[in-house]
This record gives sequence, structure tokens and C-alpha cells, in this order.
Amino acid sequence: MKNILKSTLALLSVLVAFTSCDNASKSNSGALSSSAAEKVYVAPGEHDEFYAFISGGFSGQLSVYGLPSGRLFKVIPVFSQDAEKAYGYNEETKPMLNTSHGFVPWDDAHHPDISQTKGVVDGRWVFINGNNTPRIAKIDLTTFETTEIIEVPNSAGNHSSSFVTENSEYVVAGTRFSVPIPQKDMPIKDYKGNFKGALSFISIDPEHGHMDIKFQLIMPGFDYDLSHPGRGKSHGWFFFTTYNTEEASTLMEVNASQNDKDFIAAVNWKKIEEYVNNGGGTMMPAKYAHNVYDEATHSATSTMKKEVRVVNPLEVPGAVYFLPTPKSPHGCDVDPSGEYIVGNGKLSANLTVHSFTKMLAAIENNKVAGDAYGIPILNFEDVLAGVVEQPGLGPLHTEFDGKGNAYTTFFISSEVVKWKLGTWEVVDRQPCYYSVGHLMIPGGNSQKPFGKYVVAMNKITKDRYLPTGPEVTQSAQLYDISGEKMELLLDFPTIGEPHYAAGCPADLIKPRSKKLFKLEDNKHPYATLNEADTKVVRDGKTVHIYMTTIRSHFAPDNIEGVKVGDKVYFHVTNLEQDYDVPHGVSMIGANTSELLIMPGQTETFLWEPKQIGVWPFYCTDFCSALHQEMQGYVRVSPANSNTPLKWSLGEDIE
Amino acid sequence: MKRSNIIMFIAALLPLGLFLFPLWKITLEAPQYPTPLGMYIHINDFSDVHPHDIKNINLMNHYVGMKYIPEAIPEFKIFPIGIIITTVIGLIIAFKGNYKWFLFWFVLMIVLSSAGLYDFYLWEHDYGHDLDPKAIMKFTNPDGSVMGFQPPLFGSKDILNFKAHSYPRLGALFLGVGIAASFIAYLIGKKNNKKSVTM
Ligand SMILES: [Cu+2]
Repeated sequence: MKNILKSTLALLSVLVAFTSCDNASKSNSGALSSSAAEKVYVAPGEHDEFYAFISGGFSGQLSVYGLPSGRLFKVIPVFSQDAEKAYGYNEETKPMLNTSHGFVPWDDAHHPDISQTKGVVDGRWVFINGNNTPRIAKIDLTTFETTEIIEVPNSAGNHSSSFVTENSEYVVAGTRFSVPIPQKDMPIKDYKGNFKGALSFISIDPEHGHMDIKFQLIMPGFDYDLSHPGRGKSHGWFFFTTYNTEEASTLMEVNASQNDKDFIAAVNWKKIEEYVNNGGGTMMPAKYAHNVYDEATHSATSTMKKEVRVVNPLEVPGAVYFLPTPKSPHGCDVDPSGEYIVGNGKLSANLTVHSFTKMLAAIENNKVAGDAYGIPILNFEDVLAGVVEQPGLGPLHTEFDGKGNAYTTFFISSEVVKWKLGTWEVVDRQPCYYSVGHLMIPGGNSQKPFGKYVVAMNKITKDRYLPTGPEVTQSAQLYDISGEKMELLLDFPTIGEPHYAAGCPADLIKPRSKKLFKLEDNKHPYATLNEADTKVVRDGKTVHIYMTTIRSHFAPDNIEGVKVGDKVYFHVTNLEQDYDVPHGVSMIGANTSELLIMPGQTETFLWEPKQIGVWPFYCTDFCSALHQEMQGYVRVSPANSNTPLKWSLGEDIE
Repeated sequence: MKRSNIIMFIAALLPLGLFLFPLWKITLEAPQYPTPLGMYIHINDFSDVHPHDIKNINLMNHYVGMKYIPEAIPEFKIFPIGIIITTVIGLIIAFKGNYKWFLFWFVLMIVLSSAGLYDFYLWEHDYGHDLDPKAIMKFTNPDGSVMGFQPPLFGSKDILNFKAHSYPRLGALFLGVGIAASFIAYLIGKKNNKKSVTM
């Protein structure tokens, strides 16, 4: 008996020794780095498991990365002109950047979100908000091109945006800054009670994804910071964090941080939708641009809309409630089941989690603590699900792994903290390098997260990378979250500020990817579908060049009869019908950019020659063995000359 | 109807499969074409294996001065008529003829198919060797002669950076089985004939 006991003890101690040894080697950087490298290594020719769409923040764009490799695949131009792809420079995409303020070729791109079907990311479109001049863009994932941008009127600082409901019924655009609605000239000190916050519900056409502002909820003049749709049981509700419930308008860092609790606004959008469908709300004059890119004409059109439907929340009793939440809450995140609403009070030491079930019960029992501008405020204790006690400093954002865990970023203490839903206990924490904002788990914004990795997006990197001037790259970090403990696998640099990201399995997108545009489907008004139809047409002082490209020449490549002061439009059609064979074209002295034309596509740029001479143009994309020979000339004569219009290709030179 | 005649009947019909399935396939592989370029040769048409393959073959071939693969060749008119006529002859034989005629049809088909193959070879040779004198790239064989770019009639062959494969497809199988079946019909017919004579 004694022997058995002894040997058992011996065995146990051996086991303990082994496990502790194992632990020791895990924290040892040598062993760690080799296994981490293997986990992010994607061999040549192999594909990453996930696509990550990381917003470019103040670059205005959306970048596409592979996970786990962290490789940058593409920068998709959205709100900023991009000379690389002629986006916002060519005649076809200039209308995309039109707004009620005119042409605005920049924005601050913040929160991408992937469309969903039945609560699961479906890989069809990415929506992203322009924060500065309020806009929402839709990116089509068959082409990775921005195909629609809608401006949001009555809004300012479109920040609590662009989050998509679980069947992509709506993408939401909540204003960060409250403003006079309609805008008017008034003293800023009269903010309180006079400024309003618009929460816009933009419907998404289930077939084409076309956006249309269904209604705007005109809320009290708080700052609406972030938002998330309910899901599962809370589908039909939307939650918005607020700060500045003080309604201060100056020295906000102090004056907007006075209240111990701000609110999460809970909006029953189904109820309001029903009200609106029955003719509720009022049409109000508003001016906003709706820009749609048509894949058949390869061109965008911008329409200026003149009115928008607004809803006063008091008109729809029971549709809007305030949940008190400490303290200047930033992130507003709903767990996959839809039960928990996490309000990250960025000035609070604790994390506050509300219960959807309790909220419904409080509403049912009419347990109202008071009201703000007539909107009922529920009791904090009545809706509270639990508190994660002192998990870190400066909580910002939370995502979920679908296995009952939540991951919250802490900006001030610069870390990701893993905790358990329901028990509210902290399970693990990992440092970030440095000052993390958002984090992203692929599908972490849906009912079905792919809880294998989390990407943390950092605001500064200091010593983390080689110095590149006063500003160093911003960066993302990849953690393996498949085990109980998180493991840092990789740092990778990002463009602009990696504000937020959305991710999904590559297999959702890969099979639907468009390889080329069929020439026979090209309905561009200036398309030239074969070389025989190329021509140059003068119309007063405007010259239209109908040009084609194919490996390795332009047709025509000799053009005469253009004059100083003309407006010369190059309408260039790429006749290729092979995957990944774009041609470029650039013209000396053109005040726009090159064109980069995909197979089967037509694009146009404007050249206004100001000097006489014979000026070359050439292909800018190394297209073939004879790319360097892909060039041509335009002869520019004086404005008053009568050089006849002439064009040719391959004519024998005497 | 006798068994041999039934087989002959089927044999005569089988070549009609050429109207349903491609006769031949030529595939071009290269590292920058992870999905190889390919074309099917039908009894009356060329077609793409993947959309736009022929266009892309033409685009590449123009570097060495090869002509564009034509939309149609005269053979596309002659071959279908030939197949229909031989099928009609085969059917008449199957209904009316005695087994010796089966052998005649078998030999006729062998001769015509060989002629077709030879014609195809000639076309290929011309296509691969009659190059534009202003071709962008000119290549010579080790012996100094001008390099041709003729795909193989049957089998695989390296042509510059490409590996070309040329193999029969289902249509050719129908034709081949049809021809073979006529010979079997002949053998069975002959055997039965002997039997009936001795009995
Ligand atoms: Cu080119």
C-alpha cells in the first residue's frame, strides 16, 4: 500500500516537473519564436486562411491583409484619391467623391463591417464609414472596388458607424458630433438643448447592396460614439454608446467628463421601421450625394438627393431607452448570443456589461428611473448583467471568440485582456506594442466568430520597427487565441491608422472573385471594342480619343491635329480578356494621373495640352515582353493652326 | 436482324458522336499560366477550354509571328459532310449489305480518317511554320534553321517556355470505337456465314 502511494507520488512529481518544464519552455523566447514563426508561415503558392480588411484611418482607404501571414495584398481606394488606380482622378470615378460640399477627395475611414446573412458573415460586401464628411461606402468583394458611397445629411463626425444588422437589413451611421438640425448660424454656447444627434438607418438592397437612407432618428445632443446591432435574441435592436451627456461645447476633456454615467442608447429599429413603413416620420429638406458605380458602364454617377425622412423618438413610444453606463463609454459590443451588451467606460476602472433579457424585463415592468428629453432612462442595477472588476486601464473595444470568451483592449495599460462571459473573471492578458485601439476576431462581429486569431491594432510603435522619421509605421499584432492563453505570433505594419478591421475566411471570397470584365458586357458610352473602331473625334475645342490597348500596343499610336487649349479625353479600352493583364496609360503634362485599366474595362482621363510639340504617352504597367515598346505620340499644334485630325497605327513609314 | 448487322448499325452511328464531343484538345502549359491555355478541335469548330483561351493563345503567338487561329477552316465544312455521308453508307450497309461490305466500310473509314489526320497535320505545320517575316522574336534551331512552333499531332512537346500537349478527346473515341465495331461486325458476320454454310 505504502509502495503504491510512494510510486503515485513519484509519478505525480514527475508529471508536475514535466508540465512546469513545458511551461518554462513556452515562456522561453527561443522555443516560442520558432513555433510562432511556423504558425504564421504561409508557404509560397499557398493561400492565407483569412482575409482581414483593415481600415486605413486617416488615409481614407481600406487595406486587405492575409491572416495569419500579415501580408498586404491590396489597398482599396475608398474615400481618398489614389493615383495608383486613378480612383478619383479618372472621369469614371470622380463622381464617387462628390458630396453636398463638392468634390471631397479625402476622408477618415474608420469601421469596416462585412455583410451578413442569418447572422453569419457572407463575404459579399464591406461597408465602411467616412468620419469627417459623413459618408458610408460599399466595397464589392467580387472586384475589391468601391461601388457605392452615400453621404449622410444632418450628421457630423460619422463615427458610430458602419455596422451591419444580421441579415444586412441596415447599415447604421450615428453622428459623433451633435449639430443644429437643420444647420443654421447660431451661437455655439447655445448648444445645450438645441443641438441634435442623428442616427441614420441606411437600408441595404438584398440583391445589389444598394444603399438608401430609410430614416434618421433625431436624438438629444449627445456625442454618439460607437454602436452595434443586437443579434440572435436581440436582433431588431441597435445599441449606441454616448458621451458628453453633459452637452458641453468647450474644453470637452473636462466638461464632457463630469457625469459619472453616460448612456447606451438602445434603439428598437424594428419598431421604428414599422412606424415608418406605415407612413410615420416626416420628410425634411436635406442635401446629400448618392454615388453609384455601375460595373457595366465602368462609370459612377452622382445624384444629389433633396430630402430625408426623420423620426422624433418621442413619436414612437417604447422604441428608444437609455441604459446608464459608466463613464464616457467608448466601445459598444454585443456578444454572439445577443444577450450581453458590453459598454467600455473608457474612464472607468471596471467594465460594465448589460443584459438584454434584464433590459426587456425592466421595460416590461416599466421600471424607469427618469428621462432625458422625454426618452426613458432605465435603472443601472435593473439592466446590469455583471462587472469585470479592474481588468485594466482605459477599456475600449471588445470582440468575442464564440466560445464564451470576450477580449477587450485597454488603451492606457496597452494590453488585450481575455475574460469569461457570465462569470466576469479575467482569464489571461497579453501586452500590446503599443496603445491598442480596436481588435478584431474574424467574424467576431457576428453570431459565428472564427475564434482562431485576434488582431490588435495599435496607435504607436516607437521602438518596435526601424525608425522612418518622426513618424514610425502604425501596426497590427496577431495573437493565437485557439488555446486557453493567448500567444503573440506576429507584428505587421499597416497603412494609415489601422482603426478597425473586419475579417472572414478566404474561402468565402475566393470562389466569387471576378477575373476580368467581359468585353461584350462593356456598356461604357466611350468604349471601343475592337481596333477597327478606334478613332479621334473633334467637337469644338474638345477632342475624344477612342483608344484600345492590347499586348503590346495602343491603337492608334500616332495622333495629329490636337491643338493647344483643347480638352483631350483619352477613352481607353483594354481589349485583353485574360486574368490580371491590366494596361496603363499616362500622358505627359496631364494634370490627373495614369489610368490602370483592367481587362475588358474602359477608363477616361483628361489632358489639356498647354504647349506645342510632339508628346509621348506610354503604358505604365509592365504588361508583356514588349511593354517598353508600348508607346505612342500626340502632335500638338498651335491653337490657331489647321493641322488636320489624323490617327494611325502601324502605317508604313516612308 | 442479325447480330452482326446490329453491330454494324451501331458502328455506323457512333461517329456521329463527333457532333457532340470534341475530337482533339491542345493544351499549352507555362509557369505564368497556372490554369493552362487550351483549345478544343471539334468536327466543325475550334473552341476555348476556358473563356478567351484562343484569344490569349493568339496574343502570345503573335510575338513569334504566328497567324491568328482562324474562326473557321474549309475542313469544318468538309468533315461534317464526310461523316454524315459515311454514316449513311454505314447504315445502308447495316440494313442491306452482307458482311463483306462491313469490311469495305471499315477500310473506307480508316482511309478517310488517315486523310483527315494528315490534313490536320498539314494545317498545323503551316500554322506553326508560316511566320510573319516581321515577327518580333525570331528563334532558330541548333542547326540554324528557322524554328517552327507546330504543336505535336499526338503527344507532348516543349515549345520555348510552353509545354504543348495534343491528345484525342471523346469525339475521336466515338469515331475509333465505331471503326473498330465495324471490323468486329465483319468478323462476326464472317463466322456466322461460315456456320450457316456448313449447316
Ligand atoms: Cu501595356
